[in-house]
Amino acid sequence: MTPLLAIAVPTRLVHLAPVDVVIVVFYFALVLSIGWYLKGRANTGEDFFMAGREMTAWVAGLSFLSANLGALELMGWAGSAYQYGILATHWYWIGAIPAMLFLALVMMPFYYISKTHSVPGYLKLRFGEPSRALSAVSFAFMTVLMSGVNMFAMAKVMQIVLGWDINFSIWVSSLTVGIYVTLGGLRSAIFNEVLQFFLIWAGALLIPILGLYEAGGWNNLKLQIAHRASDQYVHLWSGLGSFSHNPMGINWVGIVFGLGAVISMGYWTTDFLVVQRILAAKDIRSAEMAPIIGAGFKMFVPIIVILPGLLGLGLLPEKLVPESVATVTGGHSYNDVLPLMLARYCGPGLLGLGVTALIAGFMSGMAGNVSAFTTVWTYDIYRPLFNSKGSDRHYVNMGRWTTIIGVLISVGTAYLVMHFASIMDYVQALFSFFIAPLFGTVVLGMLWKRATGPGGFWGLLCGTLSSVGMWTWVKVDPSALRYVALSPYAKGLAQDMFQALWSFITCVVVTVVVSLATKPVPDSELTGLVYGMTEIPSVGDVPLYQKPLFWAAVVTVVFFVLNIVFW
Amino acid sequence: MISIWFFIGISLAVNGALILAAGIYQFINPPVNPGVVLFNLHANVWWGAVLLVFGLFYCVRFAPKRRA
Repeated sequence: MTPLLAIAVPTRLVHLAPVDVVIVVFYFALVLSIGWYLKGRANTGEDFFMAGREMTAWVAGLSFLSANLGALELMGWAGSAYQYGILATHWYWIGAIPAMLFLALVMMPFYYISKTHSVPGYLKLRFGEPSRALSAVSFAFMTVLMSGVNMFAMAKVMQIVLGWDINFSIWVSSLTVGIYVTLGGLRSAIFNEVLQFFLIWAGALLIPILGLYEAGGWNNLKLQIAHRASDQYVHLWSGLGSFSHNPMGINWVGIVFGLGAVISMGYWTTDFLVVQRILAAKDIRSAEMAPIIGAGFKMFVPIIVILPGLLGLGLLPEKLVPESVATVTGGHSYNDVLPLMLARYCGPGLLGLGVTALIAGFMSGMAGNVSAFTTVWTYDIYRPLFNSKGSDRHYVNMGRWTTIIGVLISVGTAYLVMHFASIMDYVQALFSFFIAPLFGTVVLGMLWKRATGPGGFWGLLCGTLSSVGMWTWVKVDPSALRYVALSPYAKGLAQDMFQALWSFITCVVVTVVVSLATKPVPDSELTGLVYGMTEIPSVGDVPLYQKPLFWAAVVTVVFFVLNIVFW
Repeated sequence: MISIWFFIGISLAVNGALILAAGIYQFINPPVNPGVVLFNLHANVWWGAVLLVFGLFYCVRFAPKRRA
């Protein structure tokens, strides 16, 4: 019996052939080799934490997208597509594209020319130390916890899909990530994210190709879904007139304003996990092009995520059920739809590639969390609060040690979640508390010169507390959802959208009121930080097809066409 | 410095070669129970070949240059 088989348990969704195991092992060998190769190129702070700020637009853009293309994301949204139909696509289109373009054209110049190492670093420059401390501590704490939650989730998926022992998955993945990030820093994480991007497409694209062939084309698939579920499962907008006319229990206000204008803006423009990849770009044009390249590819991710969920809904003979029901009945849950479709079409070799894509997604997500945590801890917590006079070499060493400690905390969190499953829900909820208000604070800081330090701090704090308050209110009294989402027909996802919307509004109102009541910041201190006080750097004298604005326009047109086609 | 695209090329080429080899083996020795839908399309043969071609292109195009 091989070691791999020795750690397996009998129940599993798929069985790997020897060639599949070779493909998985080759992936681990390759990422460790990349880390080893890059270890000599991570000697300075700029190299280790910012990848030398020499990434091209393509590398930064694909890395930016990959940081959000983890395996939990893929499996979770494929499951949501099975559960809610094509409505799940909103999280890839209106819930991403406008925010990415906004980041590229409006916010990126400020992040870039301020030469900040992080989003909390920008808050320090614009609003002062208290805002940075609040943002940095909450981000670092939550990022490392999220990394542990994801690690446990990955180990659980590997147990269900492959029958692998949970301890084996946790330790092999965390040690691998720990080694290659400690050796190569952010550059190593970025290289592996780009590699993961290709593996995910190579491993998952066959499912929609073969699925549509089996279904007899898109129109036939729509008919089958309408027959087995409802016609509303294949329409993006036509059922969003009211909460009760679509499977998700949400309306267009929640999608457009809650998701499109607040949550996605908060995530894609202020979550340092993704923004860090853009800050590593080599020049201002690359920094603006990178999110646009990411947006271009993001629009087509539903092909490998949403479409497999819809194909499962139309083609799988068995009916998938919620996780809570599957646990009791022993059936398959919505979240199993992607592995089920993988097993349906992929024979030896292809299965190994698909599983490798999932593992790569998990590991690069973990590496993203750890590298972002390391930067924020070193530059925004350790340096200002504990040791502001260390040498560059000292901070690089601190970064390496923080990487190891971050991985160990993640492992500890994973084991904590293993024994107290409800922690997972709390950690994921906690993370969402900070996103919407942080966006309010950053965007006001960039666009409104009258915003002051106390205004930024109190706006961020009150917005976050309002989010915590609404979440607690609905947790204690579920019927309160009708007040938060403004409808008795609202369902769970509507809570997230409206909670974000209210907390953003709270943050903006408090920031404005406190700012107007406090002393304005002198104009001289706002240069390079605020719109109107800053000369926006030119992308250079380049042809039209190399201008970020041109490609942003192209992406916008495609975005509208797609939404109209699938209306 | 070796380009990231070279590593991508290695990954696609090796995976493509392994998948293609597994597909050809199954094509020559078809299993009694393939276990997958649409086995008759032999997806691992043509998909493996596509990955191999892409991978080799990237390997050649972004191969580390020798110093003079």
